[in-house]
Amino acid sequence: MTALERASQYIVWFIAGFTVLFLMTPLVVTIAVSFGSSTVFTLPPPDWSLRWYERMAGMRGLLPALVVSLQIAAVSTAVAMVLGTLCAIALVRGRFPGRETISTFLVSPLMLPGLVIGIAMLQGFKAMGLRDVYASLLVAHVVITLPYIVRTVVGALSLFDFSLIDAARTLGCSYPAALVRVLVPALAPAFLTSGMFAFLASMDNYPISMFFTDAWTKTLPIQMLQYVEERPDPTIAAISAGLVLLAILALIIGDRLVGLRKMADF
Amino acid sequence: MTTKSAPSAWRDPVALLAAPAVLYLLVVYAFPLLWLFMKSLTGPGGLTIQPYVSFLSDPFNWRVVGNTLRVAAWVTVVCFVIGYPAAFALARAGAVLQAVMLVSIILPLSVGAVVKAFAWQIVLRRDGIVSQTLVGLGLWDEPQRLLFTETGLVLGAANIFLPFMILPIYSVVKLIDPRLSEAGATLGATPLYRFTHVTLPLTLPGIVSGVAFVFSMSVSMFVIPSLLIGDRFQTLATLTGRSFLLMRNEQLGSTTAVILLVLAVSIVVGSTWLARRIGGSQT
Repeated sequence: MTALERASQYIVWFIAGFTVLFLMTPLVVTIAVSFGSSTVFTLPPPDWSLRWYERMAGMRGLLPALVVSLQIAAVSTAVAMVLGTLCAIALVRGRFPGRETISTFLVSPLMLPGLVIGIAMLQGFKAMGLRDVYASLLVAHVVITLPYIVRTVVGALSLFDFSLIDAARTLGCSYPAALVRVLVPALAPAFLTSGMFAFLASMDNYPISMFFTDAWTKTLPIQMLQYVEERPDPTIAAISAGLVLLAILALIIGDRLVGLRKMADF
Repeated sequence: MTTKSAPSAWRDPVALLAAPAVLYLLVVYAFPLLWLFMKSLTGPGGLTIQPYVSFLSDPFNWRVVGNTLRVAAWVTVVCFVIGYPAAFALARAGAVLQAVMLVSIILPLSVGAVVKAFAWQIVLRRDGIVSQTLVGLGLWDEPQRLLFTETGLVLGAANIFLPFMILPIYSVVKLIDPRLSEAGATLGATPLYRFTHVTLPLTLPGIVSGVAFVFSMSVSMFVIPSLLIGDRFQTLATLTGRSFLLMRNEQLGSTTAVILLVLAVSIVVGSTWLARRIGGSQT
């Protein structure tokens, strides 16, 4: 190894180390604070304790908000998976004009300000006579989750070799059976990963949800923000730590299914 | 009747599979956006740009627009300065280091903005890590509070949006053949010349999309400024949110929302056009 190569090696390590440190800071800090005994976020914590987790268990409004968030995320992801997969098949297999426009349109909710989408929906739903908070949240969250499904399933489908289905049919499978036994297993990883990230996006959404909540129906991020504004203490860090744990689980599953490098594709 | 105007679309039955999703988005997403846009342009006497005129004639609002663009520009600069080298480090790192970097980039992406902004409230306190580190390094004489300052906002937002700068640049950096630069070196080009004439042009498409992502997200961020800088400092997005949720001034809110929408759409369209132009000139 020449001196120049060694120097560039060190530079890579330095930049990588700095980036990792910078990116992980908020998550590490949150977790550290949640296990500390200090009320005023002292770091490093003077002593370790689980008091904030005990406190969290007794927090009013937290459990209902969590339940609402989980339900909305699960149902909207399921609906988005059906709509998104059908659409992805049309985009990859179809031979009709405007496919590029359609795919841009379907992914566009990711690119526009959530706040503006939320306001537009608030007024649009009012004009259409949709007033129920829960239903509005559900309808809005399908728009949030759909882009994740379409993007990933289109990617996976365009890599799928459709002659395998013809092969299965030659070997005696009916067309639906060939789809179920060949296409579904091949797509399963993309399906699960995109579903997982769509679910998390729905769970974490703030700027759209905030227009569709009232005193009785709140999603978790809305409830959390209310705690932050009313009484910021490390209990919020404990809730955050739970959400980070959920993200870690998703990452591990995603890595097993499709690999980290694939997840970084942009 | 429609079958005649668009015959090729209907000859392919597979196209029908796209219909449910497209119809759904048209009704609950495209129609409301269009409605918002139209409503912002109609007054009691028909078509009008009055709301925009009165919005722009108020110097306070100009300060809001200025705040929005200045913070977004700074966030983009910080993200670029950290993200560009980071993308190279990610591409050149060994397997283990690369995996660690990927985890630290992807993991924060699946954690919500409320969680991360709250974490930055802790980090930016007078006794927070940033202050402690800077004092420890001797750069600051005494601890300072960065929370509720513009610097703190830029730092927190840059941290939250950094993955959106690194990943697009990484996606082009990993495709660059390192031998290209070596060839330049063999031919006697200096490192600086090699960078400006080989590496930089090749990474330009990634830079354009990274900058577009970060800038448009910073322009429209809402939770992050509310938690990191507070109500004294208004941006277009916080003003939009406030006018709907607190002030109940839907007219003002719709106007600023449409301005944000137009800004975001022009960034997306502009960057796509730019990326295509750059990509086209290279082949």
